[in-house]
Amino acid sequence: MDELKQVFVQESGEQLDALEALLLELENRPDDETTLNGIFRAAHTIKGAAGMVEAAAVEAFAHVVENVLDRLRNHEIEVTTELAALMLACTDQLRVLVAAEAGSADKDEAQIAADSARLLERLNHYGPAGQHGGGSPRVVEPDVQRIPSPQAGHNCWHLSVRFGPDVLRQGMDPENFLRFLETVGNIRHLETLADSMPAADVMDPELCYLGFEIALESAADKQTIEDVFAFVRDECRLAILPPNSKVGDYLELIESLPEDSLRLGEILVRVGALTADELAEGLRTQAGPAAGEAAQEAKQIGEILVAQQVVQPELVAAAVAKQTQVSEKKAHDAKLIRVPADKLDHLINLVGELVIAGAATSLLSHSRRDGELIESASLLTRLVEEIRDASLQLRTVQIGETFNRFQRLVRDACKDLGKDVELLISGGETELDKSIVEKIGDPLMHLVRNSLDHGIEAPAVREAAGKNPRGSLSLNAYHDAGNIVIEVADDGAGLNRDRILAKAIERGLVDPEAHLSDREVYDLIFAPGLSTAEQVTNLSGRGVGMDVVRRNLQALRGTINVDSQPGKGTRLTLRLPLTLAIIDGFLVVSANRSYVIPLDAVVECIERPVSEHDRNYFNLRGQVLPAVCLRDSFNLPGERPTRESVVVVQYAGQRAGIVVDRLAGELQAVIKPLGALFRHLQGIGGSTILGSGEVALILDISALIKISGQAEQRLLARPEQRSA
Amino acid sequence: MDVIRKAFQEDFTIYRVAELKPLLLDAVTEGERIELDLSGVEHMDSAGCQLLMLAKREASAAGKTLAIVAHSPAVQSLIEFYNLAAWFGDPLVVPAR
Repeated sequence: MDELKQVFVQESGEQLDALEALLLELENRPDDETTLNGIFRAAHTIKGAAGMVEAAAVEAFAHVVENVLDRLRNHEIEVTTELAALMLACTDQLRVLVAAEAGSADKDEAQIAADSARLLERLNHYGPAGQHGGGSPRVVEPDVQRIPSPQAGHNCWHLSVRFGPDVLRQGMDPENFLRFLETVGNIRHLETLADSMPAADVMDPELCYLGFEIALESAADKQTIEDVFAFVRDECRLAILPPNSKVGDYLELIESLPEDSLRLGEILVRVGALTADELAEGLRTQAGPAAGEAAQEAKQIGEILVAQQVVQPELVAAAVAKQTQVSEKKAHDAKLIRVPADKLDHLINLVGELVIAGAATSLLSHSRRDGELIESASLLTRLVEEIRDASLQLRTVQIGETFNRFQRLVRDACKDLGKDVELLISGGETELDKSIVEKIGDPLMHLVRNSLDHGIEAPAVREAAGKNPRGSLSLNAYHDAGNIVIEVADDGAGLNRDRILAKAIERGLVDPEAHLSDREVYDLIFAPGLSTAEQVTNLSGRGVGMDVVRRNLQALRGTINVDSQPGKGTRLTLRLPLTLAIIDGFLVVSANRSYVIPLDAVVECIERPVSEHDRNYFNLRGQVLPAVCLRDSFNLPGERPTRESVVVVQYAGQRAGIVVDRLAGELQAVIKPLGALFRHLQGIGGSTILGSGEVALILDISALIKISGQAEQRLLARPEQRSA
Repeated sequence: MDVIRKAFQEDFTIYRVAELKPLLLDAVTEGERIELDLSGVEHMDSAGCQLLMLAKREASAAGKTLAIVAHSPAVQSLIEFYNLAAWFGDPLVVPAR
């Protein structure tokens, strides 16, 4: 696929997203002019872009859609639910067509064509599929026979421009207008006419005598082409004939222009608007008496017209280069740069190495005790930190776009399920790493579908339960302690504890004798093969999914929690790290080994007297918190120091203390993933390299807290071990 | 045969065409074959191009030959853009890029 087409596929994807969002908005606010205009513009842009890359199928389809939208915009037809649904279907079809253009469609061609035809048929109900108003480039008149295009061999616009005498004096050079015309389309052929230039003695060199006949290959509409000449509109004679116009129209044009009609006819043939046969035929019928003159004039034409020379592509390229100052589009493009993701990844890797190298320099400067060196190293460190943040920022995107995609999903699912659900989105401006956004889309979609399908009840059921028949599903995102938290909450029936438990026992996932807390029961929905839905729908309920969701999240170092109240609703809370590459860490040492605690999780540090060494809890200003001793957890050798330190950490609302030998301060940790061999290691999230070249392990706080909790529960369950 | 060769350094733009017109037309009357060296012309606009067309037309009408023997990039660019190269009938040297 060539570059242009790639850009087309990408850009039309964006336009289609916008189109879809606007259509959904239109359903809520059918009279909003801005929305209507936005929709029209999006469709128009897609059509234009399709024309540029010669994606005929997309262009043709978008054209019909655009016509209906135009009627909508002019209030000739009303916005109805049906029409909105049809438009959404058309958006989908456009997506398929664009994908087909890129060769990545998952349907075969015949099916796509059939779908298109079906939709076009439906679109036709909403007015003439053909021309309407200024929005359409084709002039379709019934009962007129078209000159078949293979003979005319040509589908260019034909432009006739005669500049007025004063344009040059007013500082408007025809060249600029024609160069600008090249931004609208491709000038296939251009003929310069100076026939109106008078004899040398009366010719005023400051007046303009020039005229042009132009064949323009363009997907733009007539208005756009006309607008090119807006500044000289009053000063020039402009005639624009759409592609494939009737021969008669050309002849009329010839008649209306000041130059000799035979010479003009000849030029039109050269420009490619007409074939010689058509011209001869046309002139013979129209201007029979003038045939005698023709023979005499033909000689003159022969002198003037030498060889048929087409505009060279290199020339077009040069013209485009010259065009830079004029083009408005350029200014718009300059605001955004498309960068391949792997280049950014490479940059982030380099920054990671820079952080490590910077740490080494800083360490060295301290060991040399060189004041100036220390100062310059600390400046360097600060700059490296800024570079790190800025380059990570490059990859962050707002989550709102991901959330907004669910509008459509919710709407469609509601139609299918006969439910009425309102989607509430908040925290859309929360930023997170693009690589995470891409991976979170599918799990989120699954959760949303689950809520719609199982969570929220049918309107009648809701009404009977005394609830608002319109259910609500909320998506929320916010930052918390270096993590991003995404909540999917509904006000549906909540999870049915008993049914989940019964199913789990039936499947042998849980011992029938076991006593489980609510949280543990709810956690069972993530077990493979468990579905509580009474019936399997095409949306969800097949029992695959929640376990996949959890696995996907774990791959991103994220977690998921369920919170549910019978009759009131369910809330799923997803926690994800902000970035996958570099974190601010807090370095601690136990038994001369370095460990890194993510700084965002650290609340405070306190000292621990020797008298408390044997306890697995500690007292923080009257609050009792569990204590996790690193020496115990990792079976570290050696004697405990007399004074230990406790790092109080917070994760997902839980607090705990981590007991270490000593504290070693903050650092930036470039996360190096652990090899496959260590994948099942619990309590360790990764590794990093310190400035000294030493390897430090990064602690996985959530896992550590969980492990200590589990150990505690085992002790509680078997008190005899505790006393032993 | 009288060959007149004229080199122009001035810009062929709307600001100078009034001065250039008599110069060009004089050249056309003076010789049988008029060779114009435009390699020093830094700028040319439509007015300048139009003036050249006039000179060429006048020369042809008087049965003389007017040839542009050297083009500056600006002159060549505009003549090519207006698709007048064949009309002028002068060999254009395509610059190496």
